[in-house]
Amino acid sequence: MRAVVAVIGKDTVGILAKVSTICAECNANVMDVTQTIMQDLFAMTMLIDITNCSEEYNVLADRLKVCGDEMGLQIHVMHEDIFNSMHTI
Amino acid sequence: MFNSKDILETIKMIQEENLDIRTITMGISLLDCIDSDIDRSCDKIYEKMMRVAEHHVETGEIIEKRYGIPIINKRLSVTPISMLAAAAKGDPVKFARTLQRVAEGIGVNYIGGYSALVQKGFAAGDLELINSIPQALAETSNVCSSVNVGSTRAGINMDAVALMGKIIKDSAEATKDNHCFGAAKIVVFCNAVEDNPFMAGAFHGVGEADCVLNVGVSGPGVVRSALSKMPDASIDQVADVIKKTAFKITRMGQLVGTEASKMLGVPFGIVDLSLAPTPAVGDSVAHILEEIGLESCGAHGTTAALALLNDAVKKGGVMASSHVGGLSGAFIPVSEDAGMIDAVNCGSLSIEKLEAMTAVCSVGLDMIAVPGDTSADTISAIIADEAAIGMVNSKTTAVRVIPAIGMKEGDTIEFGGLFGSGPVMKLSSFSSSKFISRGGRIPAPLQSLKN
Repeated sequence: MRAVVAVIGKDTVGILAKVSTICAECNANVMDVTQTIMQDLFAMTMLIDITNCSEEYNVLADRLKVCGDEMGLQIHVMHEDIFNSMHTI
Repeated sequence: MFNSKDILETIKMIQEENLDIRTITMGISLLDCIDSDIDRSCDKIYEKMMRVAEHHVETGEIIEKRYGIPIINKRLSVTPISMLAAAAKGDPVKFARTLQRVAEGIGVNYIGGYSALVQKGFAAGDLELINSIPQALAETSNVCSSVNVGSTRAGINMDAVALMGKIIKDSAEATKDNHCFGAAKIVVFCNAVEDNPFMAGAFHGVGEADCVLNVGVSGPGVVRSALSKMPDASIDQVADVIKKTAFKITRMGQLVGTEASKMLGVPFGIVDLSLAPTPAVGDSVAHILEEIGLESCGAHGTTAALALLNDAVKKGGVMASSHVGGLSGAFIPVSEDAGMIDAVNCGSLSIEKLEAMTAVCSVGLDMIAVPGDTSADTISAIIADEAAIGMVNSKTTAVRVIPAIGMKEGDTIEFGGLFGSGPVMKLSSFSSSKFISRGGRIPAPLQSLKN
């Protein structure tokens, strides 16, 4: 099972490090990362494999959300199927 | 890897444009709960519904979290209760109280199906049930009622139309201390559908499986936002962008529906391709019409713009889902749509224009507050007009009007939450009493010689 982590907000030092640390602590494998700057906003999307994740999906999502709140960023964790179904035929 | 533009677009739709799953509604057949003893029948209903729908709300919450999509309502619909009332002699309100207990036990916000289908005549149980509606809706808070009074194949049962005018008036009177809310929980249909997931008109048709899951999507804000990026596009391009957006919205509904049905072990029924507005800013169907190019909803051209919108939503949605059904189209409730409320208040939208709009969209005159002193006959005549549009055009139409007791044209009645607030609208002051008092049936219309 794979999930997409989307991080949106003001660019600061250490975003990727913090997010990937949490993923590593939960044994979620980071498969791909892309970063863009849209106007002033930093947007990072990360594809993670949560098949062997040591935490429940909800726990991982909540931990990332809390991390985002602390850094003033929005972090969304969503199952990959929603993007597959909405954006491919 | 996904295109990050697609990912950010989805997040923007959910976060900023109010994209959500409006409802997942589990339809439950109560045909096996019929009993000649009303108390025993109520016990069977309670037992079956609590068992079948036990994990309904929890499943919705798990899916919300997994996909990051809000699912606003988790609801249930049941077999029209008039069929159970037919076998069990006694006060049908007992059924409503049982449904209320189930709603509280499961944690769903509405249960639909306190209903009767009387398009061609009243069978045993129908009249008892209809006459009990005002009391049932006043005594319960989470039970919804609907009555089908006409169909393209049967014509319109004018006796039922006359009766429903009184029932709506009585329901408003019985709940006048609670914003006349009883009347907001009744819908009078022509060509009612059996798999509608939306309230207040949901019921579980007799042709349906024992238990089935239907999904209603939403997303007027997403459509409006997509259109706002192309101010100079031609109408063809407008139709195209609506289709593409509807496709994405519906795919999400299909995903949630299949996932929920897998988790619950209940067959997936349909996705209802509706654009359902809410009073939230930016979640308005009226604003889509204005984005297409009308100064205010209700201006000349509104019916054409709505016809375009409704058709494009269906065309986009049909390919996105394996089974489409329910009411499928753009809803135009007044009190639940900030743009409609503004249009009424500024004088651009009248009930006559709304009636014309219902000929080209889903579903009918919805959530319209009318003066408290409106006669039952006038309400019946509004129902008859609307039913005639549905009957002749082979489409579902409905009336949900709320007589605002003690209020007059220009006042505003507050319902709160998803129901919003409704400006009390002007009606014709001329009488329709003679027409309504005749009774009988309007014969089914000819299906050829279409002009």
